[in-house]
Amino acid sequence: MGVFLTLVRRELGAAFNSLTGYVVVAITLLLAGFGLMDIVQRLNSDRTPSPIPEIFFADGIVFWLVLILTTPVITMRTFASEKALGTYEALMTTPVGEWQVVLAKFTGSLAFYLLSWAPLIGVLVALRQVTHQPQLLDPWAMCGVLTGIACIGSTFLSIGVFASSLTRSQIIAAMTSLLIGIGLWTISLRFSQADTTGDRLGRLMDHLSVTHHMQDFARGVIDGRALVFHLSMTFFFLFLTQRVIEMRRWK
Amino acid sequence: MIEVRDLTKRYPGRTAVDGISFTVGRGEVVGFLGPNGAGKSTTMRILSSFMPATSGTVRIAGFDVFHQPDEVRRRIGYMPENNPLHIDMRVRDYLKFRARLKGLGIGRSRDRADRVIEQCGLKDVEKRIIGQLSKGYRQRVGLADALVHEPDLIILDEPTIGLDPHQLRSVRALIKELGRQHTVLLSTHILTEVEMTCSRVLILNQGRILAADRVEDLESRFSQDGRVVAEIDATPEAIRDAFRDLPEVASIEIQAAAGSFQRVAFTPRAGEDLRPLVFEQVRQQDWSLRELTRPRLSLEDIFIQLTQKKKGGDL
Repeated sequence: MGVFLTLVRRELGAAFNSLTGYVVVAITLLLAGFGLMDIVQRLNSDRTPSPIPEIFFADGIVFWLVLILTTPVITMRTFASEKALGTYEALMTTPVGEWQVVLAKFTGSLAFYLLSWAPLIGVLVALRQVTHQPQLLDPWAMCGVLTGIACIGSTFLSIGVFASSLTRSQIIAAMTSLLIGIGLWTISLRFSQADTTGDRLGRLMDHLSVTHHMQDFARGVIDGRALVFHLSMTFFFLFLTQRVIEMRRWK
Repeated sequence: MIEVRDLTKRYPGRTAVDGISFTVGRGEVVGFLGPNGAGKSTTMRILSSFMPATSGTVRIAGFDVFHQPDEVRRRIGYMPENNPLHIDMRVRDYLKFRARLKGLGIGRSRDRADRVIEQCGLKDVEKRIIGQLSKGYRQRVGLADALVHEPDLIILDEPTIGLDPHQLRSVRALIKELGRQHTVLLSTHILTEVEMTCSRVLILNQGRILAADRVEDLESRFSQDGRVVAEIDATPEAIRDAFRDLPEVASIEIQAAAGSFQRVAFTPRAGEDLRPLVFEQVRQQDWSLRELTRPRLSLEDIFIQLTQKKKGGDL
């Protein structure tokens, strides 16, 4: 456990000591700023505005842009840069386990990702104070949003860590996870808007749709199936990562 | 300490290490010598259990590298090629971090980091960011890293590459110092480095061991059959007369040198060291002598001789 925490701390340190770390925070804040302008506009024009989390995380695309753009950038470094710099060799010749390394890199990425969302959450809470309309930001909906950010983020981050373990080029790692992320999002969008009353495939795809998951979360509905889905996805990609490392180590 | 038997590593389309066997005893300092691409780094990576071999066995301190890799990793301090470091970390933090990875507790890591900082002369820079250090200091950080968990065996892959003469000298001195307490295996393509730091040398080419010997033995074996060169102030005839009847001298070549000196090359009959004899003769004749050397061979010379010999043997 001690070694695991040491590795996580190292991951976070590397993120904050690098320019890309700050670029990620900048992207997040910039996009969130645009989203906020949208919210303010809607609050001014609508007589009965929807709750803020729904505007921001379900209807708008800001959450998805941030998710799809920042997760590849956060995770591309994890394995690819260590391989390119050679520190990977120094790491893997110490008696640390492959799972420890994989989980530490994932946990570090997740922690950084959540931290990059923190300012926005603060802004939303401030907005609630300013509007004097507490129903616009229900605490339960906020919990749902946080769960959604963490769950869906985990899936995307684990895809990114996996992509990074395949190559020594950070660009290739980022492009790969970006493509998978965009693919996942567009498919989800397509099926969450499809008529789901009919065939079973449509309903199944609806259950798997990440955009649908986020719509639920934004309403404060924490669906166990969505949680299980994202935990399984995360585990699946981390498992693949571990296999890749083990294979490269003992091929 | 190290037992390697029939070690082979094949990459697709290329054999990097071709069935080598060698042993290194506890307390030895052994140099791995060979041109680039000879298989030095590959062998070291297998020894440090970074990658598996295609076939063959490696045992380190009695543990099999393939079956008990963690036991081996705990006992090895390995500095990979090009000395990779986390350049965004501070020296002391980095060493503490590495000690933790190598299984030391928090308190112990702190103590050991302080100890190796002192041992490797890093006290002045312990709070500096590694990326801002000179190459010589970085190399010391790499060595400190290799040492931090008190390993039985230290493996250094080209520890002095790219250093300036001052840094070279201090890093070599440090390695020599380490050799007093640890078993060290280092790779290089510079012969003088092996001479200065190692007790034994393994010469590798195209994945095979061409020679494994003590440094002195290797030198006498390959020092151009023991040729000695002297610059003597006398006439060529007088020099020939003086050395003609000595049974140890096989032949003499004389060339005029600057001033009234002659440059004389002596070839011994049976690998003897002619230097004392030449000096004695010069002293008896009361000549003046301004140089007396046995030309040192570079790795290149030894290497070329070895490969030529090998070809001759095969034909």
